[in-house]
Amino acid sequence: MDLTLTPKHRALREEVDAFIAAHRDAAPRPGGGRKRPDRKALDWQALLLKHGYFARTIPREYGGFGAPHDVIELAIIADAFSRAGISPGIHNQGISMLVPTLLEVGTEEQKRRWIGPTIRGETIWCQGYSEPGSGSDLAAAQTRAAVEDGHFVINGQKIWTSSAHFADMMFLLCRTEPDKSKHAGLSYLLLPMSAPGIEVRPLRTMTGRAEFNETFFTDVRVPVDQIVMGRGDGWHVANVTLKYERMLLGDPNKLQQRLEATRRMMEQPGADGARLLDRAEWRDRLLRLQGEVIAARNHNMRLLTETAEGVDSGLGRFIVKYHGTMLAHRLASLALDVMGSTGLLYEPQGEVAEDDPATTWQIDYMYDIGLIIGGGSSNIQKNIIGERGLGLPREPKAAVPAGRN
Amino acid sequence: MRFGLTEDQGLFGRSLRGFLADRLPLDALRRLAETGTGFDAELWRGLGELGLHGLLVPEEHGGAGLGMLDAALAAEALGYHAAPAPFAAALVMAVQAFRSAGDAEQQRQWLPRIAAGQARIGLGFAGLAGQTGRAALRLEGGRLSGALDGLMDGGEATHFLAYLADGRAALIEAGAPGVTATLRRSVDRTRALVDLDLAGAAPVALLQSSNDPLAAARRVRDAGRVMLAADTLGAAQNMLDRAVAYANERVQFGRVIGSFQGVKYMCADMATMLEPCRAMVWYAAYAQDAVPEEAAMVASHAKAHLAEVGREVARLATEVHGGMGFTDLLGLHHQFKRITFDRQALGGPERCRHDAAVAQGWVAA
Ligand SMILES: Cc1cc2nc3c(=O)[nH]c(=O)nc-3n(C[C@H](O)[C@H](O)[C@H](O)COP(=O)(O)OP(=O)(O)OC[C@H]3O[C@@H](n4cnc5c(N)ncnc54)[C@H](O)[C@@H]3O)c2cc1C
Repeated sequence: MDLTLTPKHRALREEVDAFIAAHRDAAPRPGGGRKRPDRKALDWQALLLKHGYFARTIPREYGGFGAPHDVIELAIIADAFSRAGISPGIHNQGISMLVPTLLEVGTEEQKRRWIGPTIRGETIWCQGYSEPGSGSDLAAAQTRAAVEDGHFVINGQKIWTSSAHFADMMFLLCRTEPDKSKHAGLSYLLLPMSAPGIEVRPLRTMTGRAEFNETFFTDVRVPVDQIVMGRGDGWHVANVTLKYERMLLGDPNKLQQRLEATRRMMEQPGADGARLLDRAEWRDRLLRLQGEVIAARNHNMRLLTETAEGVDSGLGRFIVKYHGTMLAHRLASLALDVMGSTGLLYEPQGEVAEDDPATTWQIDYMYDIGLIIGGGSSNIQKNIIGERGLGLPREPKAAVPAGRN
Repeated sequence: MRFGLTEDQGLFGRSLRGFLADRLPLDALRRLAETGTGFDAELWRGLGELGLHGLLVPEEHGGAGLGMLDAALAAEALGYHAAPAPFAAALVMAVQAFRSAGDAEQQRQWLPRIAAGQARIGLGFAGLAGQTGRAALRLEGGRLSGALDGLMDGGEATHFLAYLADGRAALIEAGAPGVTATLRRSVDRTRALVDLDLAGAAPVALLQSSNDPLAAARRVRDAGRVMLAADTLGAAQNMLDRAVAYANERVQFGRVIGSFQGVKYMCADMATMLEPCRAMVWYAAYAQDAVPEEAAMVASHAKAHLAEVGREVARLATEVHGGMGFTDLLGLHHQFKRITFDRQALGGPERCRHDAAVAQGWVAA
């Protein structure tokens, strides 16, 4: 354990703080991963990339900043942005899930082609995993891709496809080897959403907006080289992506941003002139959450170090999604409680304009439940923690026919 | 001694639920919720025919003269079906306000109109119940000015009953000069809030006949809290019922998901949390009429406890539904948001527990 800041680290901290002070007006509101980045968000992203505050360790030839991996540097940057309540850049499924997947298992050509435009926020990706009959049981995916004259020809349906209505590309899990066993018959393809035969139908969520979709495929043709790893490797690649998705969903920097935003609200005098922070029961709720966020952030530093050293964290990593999404839910819960009856007001502005704080928190509160479900539900995480993390035996495969109990 | 509902009460709850199930299939609920006013004339008329408007109004004033337990059963049914209908404020708190602080003449004039469904009163408590937002009203020379935020049942209300900081309450007509009522759609589109701006509005009645106006106001607040607790009970029960039904149908990994211990335990946890809440709500409602020394304490506790349990059930029941629970397809979110509303209106759990401590003399107000 050595967290001493070198002069270089101290210089970086000053540099980031100065950057934020100088440019904060150019920053879009934090969040917004559920919309196509607008001009402001893209410009901000470009600025962050230029200074190495985003994609810092991604090699230059793929469009990153190319700095050597340094956990403390990353923490300094993340901390500065969350303390200031300033957007740390775009976090979407392409940037946080596909890019690390390609870095881990993509070809040189795939990395050069996709990483740059994706981290710049220009190319938006969606995730074609879930189907009406296979959510938790992801490996049961039925969407079929047959090979015909140098192309995969895709037929089937995906559901709950976030962002498909504005995405440029999809990473798709589908069945290319119907003769092989469930897990061995899958492949992971990359395809443009503009391909003929793709139909996207929006689905309204509990927030009142259509944040995700049903996606239908009718004879959609994709060149056979648009595959990550080989035919039949889809389950492996899908799980690489899920690993990063689960880290994203449990991201402690987001939790820190939430905590800070809630603290700021609690420092405002209320209708009776008193601050909630002065009331022991409220302060204690905040402090408990703060303790958990500190633990999550420290844990994250440990995981980053292990990753940099090539160690698989196992259990330490398996808990991140379940832990982080539950904590996010409790942070949003506190924020709603702090706002009280005025926090009930709800007028979402749709895709274009920014929402007011009450609406934003209500959306976050609902979306957090969605994220507890998405990316593998809490139960699925608990199964992974128990079975893969702790080595407990698998649940018995009782034969319970559908529709009876 | 008997802790339970009478046959009549059981019947009343069932018939109200049957009526609401019939009137509010998902597509109808979705359509009514679109406006966000928390009011639909036809539904309101139907509920009136079932006797809801005059439920608490004494018989001499044209009502059914029933008690708070009956009202809680109604609130529970409305919550179960997420009914866009004024109730807690318009038909319970307002009646209690007249009964506890209105003079004989005011009661004679207004209670029959409430019972007839003609006077629909939105009610604003602001600081007295721990609501957030503006709460600064002045009564000068018989005229009311200032601002009061977050009136309940305010959408399409005919009147507003605005509480002053001293516990007196002024009744004003919705369209009167000097009254600006701004409808605020809430996350629960089946119930709206209204923000009032008053510039020298002339009240049509001033409720000030209690010799302890603050205590009278607190009784009205407590009645409202019991209703919101009962509403959450109904909404949470609905979510649990649906989660159990879904767990019995949905198949993953070749099994109905209810056969996974993880899912079964979620359902069992919800039931274990929620089941005692039913008796708690019954008692809290009964106590308002029959156990004055405990009424305040249990009203606040019921509101706080149901808010905590409701939040857990809302999350767990949604989780059981997987991605489906997060969509609009099953409409599960109407009850989810009902629970959110009940928690944040009339004081959150922290405030309610504080009031429970005050009611027991543990701390000063
Ligand atoms: C906000 C949101 C965004 C999403 N975005 C995307 C996206 O972009 N792309 C995409 O492909 N998908 C997306 N999804 C879908 C998501 O991955 C699935 O909803 C999730 O995996 C659960 O699958 P399901 O909905 O079919 O639920 P089910 O699998 O039917 O699960 C229902 C319930 O059963 C439980 N359960 C199932 N199996 C077991 C078991 N073995 N043991 C114990 N409990 C079990 C689950 O925990 C859950 O509580 C999104 C979902 C949400 C809510």
